[in-house]
Amino acid sequence: MIGSIASVQRLAYLAAAMLFIFSLRGLSTQETARRGNASGILGMVLAVAVTAFALRGSMAGAAGASGADAWGLLAGGIAAGAAIGAVLASRVAMTSMPELVAILHSFVGAAAVLVGLANYLEASAEASSAVHAVEIVVGVFIGAVTFAGSVVAFGKLRGTLGSKPLLLPGRHLFNAILMLGCVVLGGMFLSVPSPGALWALLGITALACVLGAHLVLAIGGGDMPVVVSMLNSYSGWAAAAAGFMLSNDLLIVTGALVGSSGAILSIIMCRAMNRSIWNVIFGGFGAAPASSAGGKVTPAGPVQEASAQQVADMLAAARSVIVVPGYGMAVAQAQHPVKELTTLLQKRGTKVRYAIHPVAGRLPGHMNVLLAEADVSYELVKEMDEINEDFGDTDVTIVIGANDIVNPSALTDASSPIYGMPVLEVWKSAKVVMMKRSMNAGYAGVDNPLSYRDNTVMLFGDAKATVTKLVAALQAATSEAA
Amino acid sequence: MKVGIPKEMFPGERRVAATPATVARMRKLGLEVLVQAGAGAGADYADAAYLETGAEIVPDAEALWAQADLVLKVRPPDVPVADGRLEADRLKEGGAFLGFLWPGQNKPLVERLAARKATAFAMDAVPRITRAQKMDALSAMANLVGYRAVIEASSHLGRMFGGQMTAAGRFPPANVLIVGAGVAGLAAIAAAKGLGASVKAFDTRAAVREQIESLGATFLELDVKETGEGEGGYAKEMSEAFLAAEQALIAQHAKSADVVITTALIPGRPAPALLTSGAVLSMAPGSVIVDLAAEQGGNCPLTERDKVVEKFGVKILGFTDLPSRMARQASDLYAMTVYNLLEDLLKEGKLAVNLEDEVHRGAIVLQEGKLLWPPPSKPKPPSAAPQPARKKAELTAHAAPPPPSKIGPVLGVLAAGLLAAAGLVAGSEFVEHLTVFLLACVVGWHVIWNVAPALHTPLMSVTNAISGIILVGGILLMRAGGVGAVTVLAAVAILIATINVAGGFLVTQRMLRMFRR
Repeated sequence: MIGSIASVQRLAYLAAAMLFIFSLRGLSTQETARRGNASGILGMVLAVAVTAFALRGSMAGAAGASGADAWGLLAGGIAAGAAIGAVLASRVAMTSMPELVAILHSFVGAAAVLVGLANYLEASAEASSAVHAVEIVVGVFIGAVTFAGSVVAFGKLRGTLGSKPLLLPGRHLFNAILMLGCVVLGGMFLSVPSPGALWALLGITALACVLGAHLVLAIGGGDMPVVVSMLNSYSGWAAAAAGFMLSNDLLIVTGALVGSSGAILSIIMCRAMNRSIWNVIFGGFGAAPASSAGGKVTPAGPVQEASAQQVADMLAAARSVIVVPGYGMAVAQAQHPVKELTTLLQKRGTKVRYAIHPVAGRLPGHMNVLLAEADVSYELVKEMDEINEDFGDTDVTIVIGANDIVNPSALTDASSPIYGMPVLEVWKSAKVVMMKRSMNAGYAGVDNPLSYRDNTVMLFGDAKATVTKLVAALQAATSEAA
Repeated sequence: MKVGIPKEMFPGERRVAATPATVARMRKLGLEVLVQAGAGAGADYADAAYLETGAEIVPDAEALWAQADLVLKVRPPDVPVADGRLEADRLKEGGAFLGFLWPGQNKPLVERLAARKATAFAMDAVPRITRAQKMDALSAMANLVGYRAVIEASSHLGRMFGGQMTAAGRFPPANVLIVGAGVAGLAAIAAAKGLGASVKAFDTRAAVREQIESLGATFLELDVKETGEGEGGYAKEMSEAFLAAEQALIAQHAKSADVVITTALIPGRPAPALLTSGAVLSMAPGSVIVDLAAEQGGNCPLTERDKVVEKFGVKILGFTDLPSRMARQASDLYAMTVYNLLEDLLKEGKLAVNLEDEVHRGAIVLQEGKLLWPPPSKPKPPSAAPQPARKKAELTAHAAPPPPSKIGPVLGVLAAGLLAAAGLVAGSEFVEHLTVFLLACVVGWHVIWNVAPALHTPLMSVTNAISGIILVGGILLMRAGGVGAVTVLAAVAILIATINVAGGFLVTQRMLRMFRR
């Protein structure tokens, strides 16, 4: 009987793991994405339910009252967690998605640490093998790095922590020392008896937290999309490590799935920025330029400024328009007026497309989510590779709050820190309108020669207000014509 | 040795097999050159120009053929002269001939040359290998033909090739469909692109896709697994089902084309009928078809050789004399390829054929009357085999894992070391888990590569929710029972993991609901 329950449980785990794979697979195209999410939910419910009932079955045999207490805690925890999660998910503004994702990652990290500690406390009663001890150390370590790193990422994305990288002198050495400390404490954990071992484990947790925080602190705001997906990957590895601790294949499989998928996302993004992944993980990027920059770059020449009315006239005359949104659009929450603007242009018979750079925004795919929220058809939204050739045939390109991703020096200036990063070649269109708040540089702290080109006009001001003005002016022009 | 350059007799043929420039070079090789009076007139080379470079002008053909040890020509010598004789019969006993011969199609002609105990070389049989490129007369001519086809199409088309925005209105670029992307097809693509047209091209050989795309045209892909790669980079004949699929694809794209240029030839076979009458019928009135395969029967059954016909309002050009319409340049190029082959064949002013030499063996048709054609077949050129394989890889996995990076081997060694260490230290249970773990990593790796960038955020939030599976770990720890430290820690873990699960899935759902077509 017991054997058969265990078999059923394993089969259910297998099913759940398959559902997770389908879920990830489904998320790769728009058509199957919702089904993918549904199968993820199904897999999770199945896994949790089966585990809980197996637990109940085993506890029924144990002391009745204490079993019931644990069961109550379990049910209470799940109910409360689900409620909090639901509220968070329904309240979050789409512009704060990156923060939400980051903080959720920290929860997984924290849970992994707690599971590790609890597992140690539970197991310490019995004789525990060295392998198991190593598993606990690794699990706690990854969990703590994920937790602290995500908290820092959350702070940076919210703006509570500065987005500039914190670059301590000898930071690689510092990281190495922290790692070494963890290894030493790990050795102690393996060798010393109970109370000392617990302290060693807590010490590892603390050191790993410092390490995680420091790793993310050293990364600039422009690299946040990569960091968030790296943390996503770490949270997967943390779950997998917990699986090793608990001898649970479902945890291992799922953790590995998440871990490797997060790693791939990071690699995809690094490739889009022409950067090495190691560079991002260890926060080595743009050390020199970024530390001296942050908006202090002096403009290298005169720029042409235009009024909203002038830009509206330009748009009214254009036959094809490409909109390039950047983080500035997200900050100003300008996606709805932008959508209005493009709808108006489309009604006038203008061909409108959106060009999305792979690392626009602070989260991979951030711009796509914002545009989707504003009800922009995803068929109008083009990836960099799809649209880069089309700029030459475009009358007006509107760059909204984007900077580094449209910087021509990435292709031309070998001394530029972003040299080699593929960018949207907006300058090939007949006219470029750059909407910015000021002449400040982007996150990479590099001056943008695009501003000084003859076919570029600058439209300063808050993106939302400016676009709203544009819409009004264009509407006026349209009704006059009609 | 005396080399003779007769005037081409084929009606409409304006090219000549040697120009003053190549005559001068031949003189340097120690050859005597006889040029028939007026031989270069069609290509605007006056007799005086040949005289200047040291050639002797011979007034009539009969005398020239009789004197020359080697005759250089463009067309096969199959034009009837007097009394049922052909040009070929004028060749002196044991003389040599070099020019286009098409021995596959012109068996009787080859027999006549054999009867004269002739040695004959066919420019069309020069093998397509790197060393022989400078002797490749077919490619040199095809290049001109492709260009000229576009020019002829343009002069019969009632519109410009390029698109424009003018004060009087806006018009899109002309649509040009090129069938067969050999040298002629590629030249036609380049010419049509140069005039501003929007060009699509079709070919059965997957290997030319890159070439087509490099010229800025769109490659039309046929969804049938069969490659048209024949020997020597030429196309081969395909199955009937394949032909039907080709016809359907071409018909579909011909419908919207202003100009269709067909160049599909299979060596030694009638041209495939790729452009059906039905496809012609569906084309807009005023559009133009240039059938460059007209000489081999045409890629379109409605084509009439050397004529412009109008069928269903569509003009079909069946010209076979396109090189002669550019006779000067065609002669320059052809004469140069002839000279290059000749130079290769000569040793101290005499023909010295080396049958071990791939070029000589390919080009020679007759040796002192003995038939040597066709040459023993060679193995496929290496370029033919790997190309389709590579294309297949591109097709099945355009966003698939990239070529192994430099971290690959490092990770591999690391993994192997880990596994070995684990096997030594830990028990079988651990190794089992490790196996599962590594397999899952591989699955995750492969599942994600094709994700659309627009879905990165939803994907991340779903994986985030899924990583909340650690919840299960929390539940498992509850098995200790009672309300001790373990249970409390586990309960907290369950709480926050659940926040993660619920939050992640719900927010994903919210995001996905926003995406709309």
